[in-house]
Amino acid sequence: MSAAPLLEVTDLVKHFAIKSGVLIDREVGRVRAVDGVSLTLHEGETLGLVGESGCGKSTLARAILQLIAPTSGSVRFDGHELVGLSQRELRPLRRQMQMIFQDPFASLNPRKRIGQIIGDPMRLHGVADGAQLKRRVQELLDRVGLQAEHYNRYPHEFSGGQRQRIGIARALGTQPKLIIADEPVSALDVSVQAQIINLLEDLQREFGMAYLFVAHDLGVVRHVSDRVAVMYLGKLVEQADSDTLYARPRHPYTHALLSAVPIPDPRKNAARERITLEGDVPSPIDPPPGCHFHTRCASATDICRHDEPALVTDDCGHATACHHPL
Amino acid sequence: MSPILRVADLRVSFATDEGVVHAVDGVSFDVNPGEVVAIVGESGCGKSVTAQTLIGLTRSPNATISGTAIFGGRDLIDLSDDELRTVRGAHIAMVFQDPMTSLNPVYRVGDQIAEMIRAHREVSKREALTRAVELLHSVGIPNPERRARDYPHEFSGGMRQRVMIAMALALEPELLIADEPTTALDVTIQAQILNLLRTLNREKNTSVVLITHDLGVVAELADKVVVMYAGQVVEQASLDELFYQPQHPYTWGLLGSIPRPDEIRPDRLPQIPGQPPSLRNPPTGCRFAARCEYVFADCVQPPPLRSGSGIGHLDRCWLSADAKAGRR
Repeated sequence: MSAAPLLEVTDLVKHFAIKSGVLIDREVGRVRAVDGVSLTLHEGETLGLVGESGCGKSTLARAILQLIAPTSGSVRFDGHELVGLSQRELRPLRRQMQMIFQDPFASLNPRKRIGQIIGDPMRLHGVADGAQLKRRVQELLDRVGLQAEHYNRYPHEFSGGQRQRIGIARALGTQPKLIIADEPVSALDVSVQAQIINLLEDLQREFGMAYLFVAHDLGVVRHVSDRVAVMYLGKLVEQADSDTLYARPRHPYTHALLSAVPIPDPRKNAARERITLEGDVPSPIDPPPGCHFHTRCASATDICRHDEPALVTDDCGHATACHHPL
Repeated sequence: MSPILRVADLRVSFATDEGVVHAVDGVSFDVNPGEVVAIVGESGCGKSVTAQTLIGLTRSPNATISGTAIFGGRDLIDLSDDELRTVRGAHIAMVFQDPMTSLNPVYRVGDQIAEMIRAHREVSKREALTRAVELLHSVGIPNPERRARDYPHEFSGGMRQRVMIAMALALEPELLIADEPTTALDVTIQAQILNLLRTLNREKNTSVVLITHDLGVVAELADKVVVMYAGQVVEQASLDELFYQPQHPYTWGLLGSIPRPDEIRPDRLPQIPGQPPSLRNPPTGCRFAARCEYVFADCVQPPPLRSGSGIGHLDRCWLSADAKAGRR
């Protein structure tokens, strides 16, 4: 990991203004969806990003790709600073960074044929056209486990798992270096989910792209990730290599999250120590002062209510933002 | 101990433009008093249709329903809509997956619960409201007096699911049907709701039919497990037997393909190839055969649901007991 990272996100912030007023919009508040996140991703690596609904993980993914403009901070991708670039300047870089979406029903245009859906990114980026484009699309269909004959079909003729394969083929077409996958398997049944996870891993071995894998399922994230980052209310609270994080979580939130997952093993489930967090996640409009997690944390003390803990990385690369790590 | 619900040979099919869909095809199971029975399976296996049919929600002109579901000496399948209405709510209650759409957005939460109580019991509005507040308190909603006057949109997803559970429990039903009660919730909130359901089951001895796709949730809550595939029960066993001595290749596949947060990852996740068959035209033999790695000549015949290993442990597979034991 000595080479420069493929993706370097520094202090990225995305606030959404809440406006009110009839003629003149007055800003009356801000949703602090992403509130100063830094992370790095190397070539061919998978970083898992976990957190509960509303923690800002999807907003972070979109802000990295400049699908929404960040409020501040820096995103360096393959040597280029992305923040502040115009759409025109971004276009050649977009070829290198693609996205796979959660909902295989909403993310494919129902009026377009599969061949066009998969071929369009390649055509728009000038990767291929004409007969060559069609051949590329058919190769991709074959590579993701569909058939070349599917070229002329429409999305509604496919099941959820097959549609997700189409979405993956579309992302692969331009030979990206980075794929951001936002909950790519959470709409799928477990047997199909395993197929798609294996496909994503095979493709990574073959083509060497990096994944930023956003998900709420902690089992899936452990399985696919080299490193895992945990997000709570717009901030990273912990980051470590996958096995370390799951075996020895240091942030009380990570610990509670892991202990809350019911595991498919009744005896082990009954035997392990469980922590049930009280209450809901506070609103990102008005996050608690100090450590955002102190309102639900069993180890919170006075300092947690006033001072926000910094994300501190130890010698082994295990980063934790907590005054009283476990 | 006689079961409080005995479902026998339940069949539900729907006529559609593309042909008849046999959604539920001969499902039988018992629910004993105080027992939590989980029905697990993937999308389209017929688990939700089974649950909804029990309380009459699948009755429609294009549906054909047969079989029996004996509850309190009466057959739920045979009851008229009016008779069923007196059972529903008072004796059998249901909690749905989506707490966002199961509450009426224009009525205060307390009023909705009170109205439910008054539809079944002769009580004044004030008494019903007092009871609603008690119920909200019992499911762990803070400041229940104030919250009863709030509208559904003022509650978070987890709190709304608590409201649904409060409403389901208002008339102290003997049976609660919970259809994916925690699927829409985050894991920390899911843990709270599962705790709540377990407490209610233990303290009030309410029987629960739990519909879920999540084997983790099953492991947490169930006493008995029914595994469904393509409209049929493929395996039925006690919780421990199902997890530690599963008998059907589909169950093996399901248990194997879950990525575990508590174990070092395997190099490759075991997967079940292909996808479930269409229920318009299901295969005549074993319905899982096309995806099964143990398939052999006998599988072209439909296997019966029978006990091969222990009393009460049923599976629908032609493999010999030795072959199954050898696989484990």
